[in-house]
Amino acid sequence: MLPRQPSSWKPGFVSKTETWKGPDEIAAAVARMASDLRALIEARGLRDLLMIGIHTGGVWIADRLHDQLGLSEPLGHLDISFYRDDFTRIGMHPQVRPSYLPVGIDDRHLILVDDVLQSGRTIRAALNVLFDYGRPASVVLATLAERTGRELPIAPDVVGFHAQLEANEQIKLSGPEPLVMLRGRIPKGSAAAASRQGIDDGSSGRDSTPRQERP
Amino acid sequence: MIPKSQESSQLDAQGNLKHFLTIEGLSRELLVEILDKAEGFVGVARQAVKKVPLCRGKVIANLFFETSTRTRTTFELAAKRLSADVLNLNISTSATAKGETLLDTLRNLEAMHVDMFVVRHASSGTAHFMARHANPHVSIVNAGDGRHSHPTQAMLDMFTIRRHKGDFSSLSVAIVGDIMHSRVARSQMLALKTLGVPDVRIIAPRTLMPARIEEAFGVRVYHDLTEGIRDADVVIMLRIQRERMNSALLPSEHEYFHLYGLTEARLTAARPDVTVMHPGPINRGIEMDSQVADGERSVILEQVSNGIAVRMAVMSMCIGTQNLRAQSIGESHA
Repeated sequence: MLPRQPSSWKPGFVSKTETWKGPDEIAAAVARMASDLRALIEARGLRDLLMIGIHTGGVWIADRLHDQLGLSEPLGHLDISFYRDDFTRIGMHPQVRPSYLPVGIDDRHLILVDDVLQSGRTIRAALNVLFDYGRPASVVLATLAERTGRELPIAPDVVGFHAQLEANEQIKLSGPEPLVMLRGRIPKGSAAAASRQGIDDGSSGRDSTPRQERP
Repeated sequence: MIPKSQESSQLDAQGNLKHFLTIEGLSRELLVEILDKAEGFVGVARQAVKKVPLCRGKVIANLFFETSTRTRTTFELAAKRLSADVLNLNISTSATAKGETLLDTLRNLEAMHVDMFVVRHASSGTAHFMARHANPHVSIVNAGDGRHSHPTQAMLDMFTIRRHKGDFSSLSVAIVGDIMHSRVARSQMLALKTLGVPDVRIIAPRTLMPARIEEAFGVRVYHDLTEGIRDADVVIMLRIQRERMNSALLPSEHEYFHLYGLTEARLTAARPDVTVMHPGPINRGIEMDSQVADGERSVILEQVSNGIAVRMAVMSMCIGTQNLRAQSIGESHA
């Protein structure tokens, strides 16, 4: 049998979930991120910024940051499915959304936004997507949560929450309304725990149920 | 019709697409998944580097035993945009012309570690035959077999319809032309019905209409063009092969155009926002007037661009399923 392996956390793979950060705490964290970003933009003298959220959770956060910073360019969306490094392991991600970049990114300063930074593989993939669109002047990384488990030399510039978690613990943003950060534990020795390979978007796991053919 | 056991051979045990041979037997969910994936691939054409790394290191062979321009080139471009290496086999100058059998050609190319074959052949069932005999790690994509099936064409047509109409559940779609010999029409009818189009109409002279097709496909049959396209949301014109004139199925090109050629005047019977489609290549002045073909309701060139995205979706899904399989074999050996 070939198990359809979950690439990320889905209800059922996690023994117990609880709210780790509620809507108010997330709103406060986003406000902190916006203020940190303002300071960073000021310090580096960045102009004509373009903000890009990574599907799906990153877009929710980017949407709020974009409002609070009052950026003039529309928000960009990035889907990294075609650049994931686990395609050769788990096949095609089931849900693909179109990437949308409102303007050319050549020589632009970009703010890349994601919900959770864990292994760093999502950001690696996102940077590869961006560089197939053009050559940005610089990229700043803002993530709502940053947790233990980095596998690549990638560090965020602006962070909402820091989390010390064990390897089998998971956090995931649920949204878009209300935004809640959930926390749970993958049972040790489960297929889900064994197959977890890095890419930390909690947005959509592979469906574990086989598709039925039309009778 | 292909027996059930062979129909399902294009899916693996988990219901993932392994080969893409026919629309028959595929669920609505899977067809929608193909359309959704294709939507993601449309944007690749807007990238400065029009490539994604999904099929890096894979070898895809285009095996065309029948002539084709559009289908072969869009398959080739799709494979290249997925970063695969592409082999185009020119059959007229290849070993087949020297008498090599199809299976020997397959075995030889498999020995060169080809991961996917895109096959077009004049005989119905060729792609199924190859899928049955191919090595387990190899995928077959049907690019047209005889009168049977041309599933990627049907899916790019569905994709084009969805982009223009949004939703399939209240559409009237008319298919006009040589239904009898058309693998495109068969695949389109299956795809439209699977996706939930309530009103599928086929329009053809009696000599080009297969018997009892209403029952087989759940479509409505018309022999009059104006009546058939009345209030249609989408009109799909099929190519008329000139050979049909010689085989006495049609009296003349002139008479066919007179009765079944789509003109601006005839098109007024359809809905004002009707979308006109054609899989190409068009015979101007036989199945449709240039005014219609180049008119604002025609999406014929868009169909060609959409073909690349849809073929990328199908090929990457099949390669993805190969990867799943390779992974599980690796695990069981570990």
